[in-house]
Amino acid sequence: MKARVHVTLKNGVLDPQGKAIGHSLNRLGFAEVGDVRQGKFIELELAETDKAKAKARLDEMCRKLLANTVIENYSIELVG
Amino acid sequence: MKAAVLVFPGSNREGDVAQAIELVTGRKPQMVWHGDGDFEKTDLIVVPGGFSYGDYLRCGAMAAQSPVMAEVKKRAGQGVPVLAICNGFQIVTEAGLLPGTLMRNAHLKFVCSDVHLKVETSQSLFTNRYQAGQVIRVPVAHAEGNYFADDDTLKRLEDRGQIAFRYCAPDGTVNGSGNPNGSIRNIAGVFNETKTVMGLMPHPENAVEPMFGGCDGKALFEGLVEALT
Repeated sequence: MKARVHVTLKNGVLDPQGKAIGHSLNRLGFAEVGDVRQGKFIELELAETDKAKAKARLDEMCRKLLANTVIENYSIELVG
Repeated sequence: MKAAVLVFPGSNREGDVAQAIELVTGRKPQMVWHGDGDFEKTDLIVVPGGFSYGDYLRCGAMAAQSPVMAEVKKRAGQGVPVLAICNGFQIVTEAGLLPGTLMRNAHLKFVCSDVHLKVETSQSLFTNRYQAGQVIRVPVAHAEGNYFADDDTLKRLEDRGQIAFRYCAPDGTVNGSGNPNGSIRNIAGVFNETKTVMGLMPHPENAVEPMFGGCDGKALFEGLVEALT
């Protein structure tokens, strides 16, 4: 089973990188771009067939290592 | 005072802090490799600066999960003092030994310069040789030193006197111009609740010899010797 984890900064946490990306896009002529938030995308291959078990384990992985819950949110997606 | 200095793949200030410790104690600290789950009991543990594990995922995230940090957490829980500098500060926040986290500098640039710090309290193992309100000058060198914690945590830190140092102007005014990285409330260093763990982004170990532009960091190590010998 494959899993996809998205890690993003929590609302209210300043994202200077997202801001810089937004500025660059505006400069390139993409005037429609407003607020930009950037994050991380992590793809994992899992030796697990039970979806519920996989989700619980992924949740633990996110809390222990993949995300810093002081400033980051995470979301988990199971594929195939 | 017997000290241990941790060494991770990618640490680079372990030699600097070892020299600073030798300067004030006359003895070399024990260098402890990150894979060592057990090491000799010491009066102080130092988590030094650098780029442990190449700053992969997040600064300090990998090192926080290493065997040596499991042991450091255990000993910190028993009251063994821990001094965490720069990347070390990032590591101990990731390990949950100190509240908050260090984010990318607000201006997105690596900052390498001397900064001024206001000493917030002299009531700790680490700051007993300073006066509260004293301004000291020490260098910083980091890209991720932008301290952040949520409002509840900040209130708790302020109420319990857990803020060790704040960035300030040379005259001691705590303002935006003295803040090199965007840290919330100009926080440069914090204590845990029992004030036995201190983390800070600046490098006191690089301000112990006049030859290197100042000695304001030396009192931190002398204070530790006084408290722990």
